Formats: sequence, C-alpha cells, structure tokens
Amino acid sequence: MADAAGVPIGVSAFPAASENRRHTLLVRLTHWITVLCFFALLVSGLEIVVSHPRFYWGETGNILTTPLFVLPIPSSRPSVVSGYGYVLPDQNGWSRSLHFQAAWLAVLTGLLYVVSGLITRHFSRNLLPAKAGLSRRALAREFAVRLRFARPDASEARSYNTLQRLTYLAVIFVLFPLVIWTGLAMSPAFVSAFPASVTLLGGRQSARTLHFLVSLMLVLFLAVHVGMIWLAGFRTRMRAMITGRAAPQEHS
Amino acid sequence: MSNISRRKLIVAGAAGVAGVGGLGAAARLARKYGLIPPDHGGIYGAGETLTYACQRLLTSHSLAREFPRSQISNPPLANDIPPLSDAFKRLQAGGFLDWRLTVEGMVAKPASFSLAELKTYPVSSQITELACEEGWSYIAEWTGVPLSHILDVVGTLPQARYVVYRSFQPDWWESIDMADALHPQTLVAHGMNGGSLPVPFGGPLRLRVPRQLAYKSLKYITRLTVTDSLKHFGKGLGSSEPETGYAWYAGI
Repeated sequence: MADAAGVPIGVSAFPAASENRRHTLLVRLTHWITVLCFFALLVSGLEIVVSHPRFYWGETGNILTTPLFVLPIPSSRPSVVSGYGYVLPDQNGWSRSLHFQAAWLAVLTGLLYVVSGLITRHFSRNLLPAKAGLSRRALAREFAVRLRFARPDASEARSYNTLQRLTYLAVIFVLFPLVIWTGLAMSPAFVSAFPASVTLLGGRQSARTLHFLVSLMLVLFLAVHVGMIWLAGFRTRMRAMITGRAAPQEHS
Repeated sequence: MSNISRRKLIVAGAAGVAGVGGLGAAARLARKYGLIPPDHGGIYGAGETLTYACQRLLTSHSLAREFPRSQISNPPLANDIPPLSDAFKRLQAGGFLDWRLTVEGMVAKPASFSLAELKTYPVSSQITELACEEGWSYIAEWTGVPLSHILDVVGTLPQARYVVYRSFQPDWWESIDMADALHPQTLVAHGMNGGSLPVPFGGPLRLRVPRQLAYKSLKYITRLTVTDSLKHFGKGLGSSEPETGYAWYAGI
C-alpha cells in the first residue's frame, strides 16, 4: 500500500483505483440486502400461495366462486380441491411473519437506495439512457445486438447499455413500487385508512392476483439478470458487485 | 488511508451510538403509546412490531370499507371448523336459549348476558368483507351489538388495554387492543345477511373485527375478559394463534 501522508482528507490517493471503481458501497450493500429479502419473500410467498393456489378478479373470491386461473399444484388446505391425493402441511404462520419482516427490510433498503441515488445522481448518471439511444433505430440496433448474444466488449464493464438501463429503471420504479402497492392493498387495516389503494386495483382479489403476477415478472427479471451476468462473465461481474472494482484484465 | 479509515471509524461509531440511543428512545415511546404487540419477541418480532406500530398510528380511527347490498356474496363461504362438542350440540338443540356471554376482568360491574338480553341492545349492521389469511374472501352483512356498548354497560376501568375473548370451542381464544375493542365496527354479531347467525359462520355469537383478517373474528364467543396485560393468558402471546406460529395482530 502506498503512503497516504500529505494527501488531504477526502481526496483519494489512488487515482488508478478510483478509475477502476464500478459500484459504490451503497449500491453493493443495498443490492445484496435486496437479494436476501427477495429470496425470503419468494419462498414465503410461495408457501402462502400453496394454502390457496386459486386466483380471482374483483373484490371477493373463494372456493365457491369462479377463479381467473388455478395453479396446478397441491394445496396445504383440505378445503381446496387440487386434484392431488394429499394435503401439504400448513406453513402459513412463519411464512407470513417472514414475508412481512423481509418486506420491511426490502422497503427500507429500497428507500435508502432511491433517496441516496437521487442525492448522488446515481439514476441520472448511470441509469437514465442517453436521448440518442432511445430513437427507434438505435433501439432496434440495440435489440439486434443483444439478440445475437454477443459477448459484451470492455466498455460495457463500466457502464450499462440502453436496454439494461431501461430494464433496471423499470424494475426499480415500476415493478418494485407495484409489488409493494398490491401487497399493501391486501392489508385490511391499511385499506381502511387508504381505501383507494385497493379500489383503484379493482378489488381485494384483483390486488392479490396482480401481486402474484408482478412477483412472476420480478422472477423473470431475476432469471434474465443472472443469465446475462453468466454470459458477460460471472466472475468479473460478481467481483464488481462484491468488491466494487471492475476487473483490470477486462481490457486484455 | 489511515486518516480516512479513522474518520470513518469515528463517524460510524457516532452513528452507532446515536442509532442505539434512538432505538432505545423509540422503544420507550412505543411502549408508552401501546405500539408493541404481545408477540414482539422471537426472530420475527421486529417485523410484527413495525407493522403493528405503523398501522396503529395510521389506522386507529379509520373505518373498514363497507359495500353496497348488491355486492354481498351469494352464497357466502363457511370455513372448515373443528367438530363441535356435545355440550355445544345440547345448547344448539335448545335454540341457544341457555347461551351466555360473560364479561369479567377490569370492569365495574361484571355481568353475564343471554342472547335475548343482547338482542335488546342497540343493533348495528355492516356490509363488510371477511378475508382469510389464506387469500380467499367473501362479503356479508353482519348484525350485532357494538362491543363498545357492552363495555359501556359493564363499565370498563381506565387501566384497561385489551379485551380477551374466548370461544366455546376448547383452546380457541383471541384478544384485541382497546383501539379495536372500542372501534364502532367491532361487533358482537348475532345476525348475518338478515337472519340469525348460522352455526357454520360462528352462530350464535361471533366477534366481528373487520379491520383484521378473519381469524380475529372468533366464532362461538362465550367470555370477554378486560385486562391491562396479556402476560397471564396462555403463553402470554395475546391469543392462541401465536402459539401455533401466527401473528397476534392480523391487520395485514
């Protein structure tokens, strides 16, 4: 390590290292807490769905009403006819508690990320696509490049392409807020204070169905996200999100 | 480098001390204003407490949504219940003439009411949605005496903080805080959809708590106990549900 004596506090003594910086500590920290919460929410959410794997549209729905769709899985309640000859054990107690605890952590982490992202201009600098990239022709070219699954060149280790930027913005500012909203719209006490939160969605059962569908979209995002990281070089991308540094050998 | 890490250390230390101090102050305030649920211990205590505290602050006076008569579910869904005891069946055979609701604990005049007596009290009706934690729901019209009226009749003492209510079915009991107990929509329901409350729906008496999930709307209630602490009821977690892994507060 070089001697930092004589360098004023707050100014990095390692210009080379700062050039190599990929993700800030806050982005990395909030990213991994979100990963943890996401898996807790996914597992507990699936357990809750198993107790009633039927989905409805409108205000009410139960085993006596016509469903919008039914998941072809066994249930943890004998009253739900699933077509399977057995009933799974009830896991809703801990699942609900874990679901809400992870939701709290995820929401607080998301709040920290969004507020700090606005202050540090993380969104406008790193995620807002350039205007030129949003023209029809530019987007079409971008799609063509991505569909060929070309291995990204070195410049992309340091910045996001237009499609990535749009996807991340959609996940952060559309899917996450939607999944929080549709979740809150299922809380009888919350909707007593804010009735529009559920009536705007078309009712309690619509909120539940939308909550499930938005979760599926988040799972789809996760699959593509991890797939892309695999394609782009799993080790270097993981290193960037864990240590914050882009890999020096990216240029070779 | 050492300068920077020393500064970081001091800042982190100060933030840590402020954080712990702030949490301590928050906990004292939360206890003072009754924002801590009885099942706040354990690994999911943080989530349960955050949910309960926030919803209490947001919803202490809000009203559950009411629906037009045209939205009443026909037929409503009676959930599975454990087999009814012989003692219950004897009371049922006698038209529930001998059914009693006993009110005791921190009240000026402990009392025991027959169904006929309860039906002479002011009647309140509401068309609200009953939502099960599993996900299904239905809308019905519930008729009964506001719990607040019964508490007025027996004279609740000022130190009262919770009302514990028990089912005729063994080991089935619940409790709510005074915000819900005195809430105008919390009913000792004896009627449903224009008739008397059918047994599969909790007849002859069910406590209806529309701002919480259905498991707080206990069926076959026979005894109300007004108390300032839940420590000495069961395992001290507030109801029989937390003893099987479910949350005491079910506003979410």
